[in-house]
Amino acid sequence: MITVENLTKTFTQSNTPVAALDDVSLQVPDGSVCGVVGTSGAGKSTLARCIALLEKPDSGAIRVDGTDLVSLEGSKLRAARRQIGVVPQGDSLLRQRTAAGNVALPLESAKVPAAQRRSRVAELLDLVGLADKSSVYPDHLSGGQRQRVAVARALAAKPSVLLADEPTSALDPGTTDSVLTVLERARSELGVTVLVVTHDMAVVRRIADDVAVLEEGRVVEHGKVLDLVSEPGSRIGSTLLPETDQASTLQLDSGGHDVVAEVVLVGFAAVGALLPEASSRFGVELSILGGGLTRLGDTPVAKFRVGLSGERSESALKWMIERDAHVRRAPVSVDGVAA
Amino acid sequence: MSDVTPWSEVLELVRPATVETLYMVLMSTLVGVVGGLPLGVWLHMTSPVGLTPKPLLHRVLGAIVDVTRSIPFVVLLVVVGSLTRLLMGQAFGSSAAIVPLAIAAVPFFARLTSNALREVDSAIVEAAVTTGAGKFRIVWTVLLSEARAALVGAVGVTMLALIGYAAMAGAIAGGGLGATAILDGYNAYDDRVLYVSVVLLGVLAWGMQLVTDWVTKLVDRRRAATNV
Repeated sequence: MITVENLTKTFTQSNTPVAALDDVSLQVPDGSVCGVVGTSGAGKSTLARCIALLEKPDSGAIRVDGTDLVSLEGSKLRAARRQIGVVPQGDSLLRQRTAAGNVALPLESAKVPAAQRRSRVAELLDLVGLADKSSVYPDHLSGGQRQRVAVARALAAKPSVLLADEPTSALDPGTTDSVLTVLERARSELGVTVLVVTHDMAVVRRIADDVAVLEEGRVVEHGKVLDLVSEPGSRIGSTLLPETDQASTLQLDSGGHDVVAEVVLVGFAAVGALLPEASSRFGVELSILGGGLTRLGDTPVAKFRVGLSGERSESALKWMIERDAHVRRAPVSVDGVAA
Repeated sequence: MSDVTPWSEVLELVRPATVETLYMVLMSTLVGVVGGLPLGVWLHMTSPVGLTPKPLLHRVLGAIVDVTRSIPFVVLLVVVGSLTRLLMGQAFGSSAAIVPLAIAAVPFFARLTSNALREVDSAIVEAAVTTGAGKFRIVWTVLLSEARAALVGAVGVTMLALIGYAAMAGAIAGGGLGATAILDGYNAYDDRVLYVSVVLLGVLAWGMQLVTDWVTKLVDRRRAATNV
């Protein structure tokens, strides 16, 4: 479990203080994956550097399993750093060492005997799917493979927390997937708590249980991904959901539906059956005007813009709400058909 | 006087001279590396981009290194004469010449070292810091190890510079191909000795560069190195 408490960090830029982090608090429960998102300049990388214990915050605490690590120095600081495995942004492998040599680095710092070191390195390279690349130098690995070696290195000293700073920013989508798979494995097989700092929503959709949104150094939203998507006011929620394509909807509205609404459905059952069932049960004509389906982790989630026609349209909507669909009436459209 | 020295005699002259030059260059390179490497590491570590920035110390170290480097070698040779006598018991001969050569080599190699270390990607260094590596480990397994190709190159550059200096030292303090070229060649109006000495100096320099390049390739595991 890692807790960030009231973290503050101010830089001075051309004589004016800039608050990179302004009272940031986060909590990542044991064995869960938290995504920290935000635009560039929101304070993401400062937060990552503070958590990696590379930068000292002006105030606040970073606790791993209860112990504050911020004020540590010397050998205690170095030991604390081994509790937090870091996958840094960009290429960070020693180019003059093999994949195995790179993974061994934290074990050397921890003074693990050579024999144990070898078996641990083999274990980790196996975990990231690179057992056959152990004696290959980084320049002969692909970007995704290098990043997986970096993950293996971060996990070598058995940290309880894994921090990944933009682990996929330099990778193409296919390669991104392999790196995310490895992060997910780290969580499920080793039980580490994962903190991913990213600007890529695909990363959050794919592996995050929780998400925190940074804006100008402040956490503006923080919660479970599945809760936030069904919260109508959540901006990150709507960013994670499929677009409902407003423009074309407006045109379709003039086709004359009695009710137009946005429906968010969470979970396999809801996504699969709720709409057709509502349609047949209440005898309403239901057309999908926009939106689509996505996955948040293993959970299918859909957001549709639907038009309902028929006398019992309202009852159909109510029935869906009772079954945990999150329904939001569309704003009044051009010709005022929608409620 | 105008008689050309026979080849056999030329050979007699330049053979020991070549050995002396090699001896001076290799010994002073050795001292230069042994003294310059830690000084260069220190210079880098205290620099603003180093692991333990100490601006004042860095500036003092930098000044010492650069001022020593900027003293013309001929002047250095004369200035350290008494030190040479103290250390070597004499101010002449190729062993004596090692003292000023080494004094020139240390700051030279220190500067090259600190430049080489600066080229190591800071992301790599920080990544190592996050693994809990201590300062010593970072210097050894990250900085020096990652910069190995540049450092071998720096040894080569130092040796080449020292060949030139050694010729100068030889001309004044005696010993080596430089002395042969000037004393037995130029001053004796013996063009054959002069040119043979010069060519040999060139061959030595070229040979050292070849060896340096070969070792560089041998130690460098980056792609560029293996593809050449």
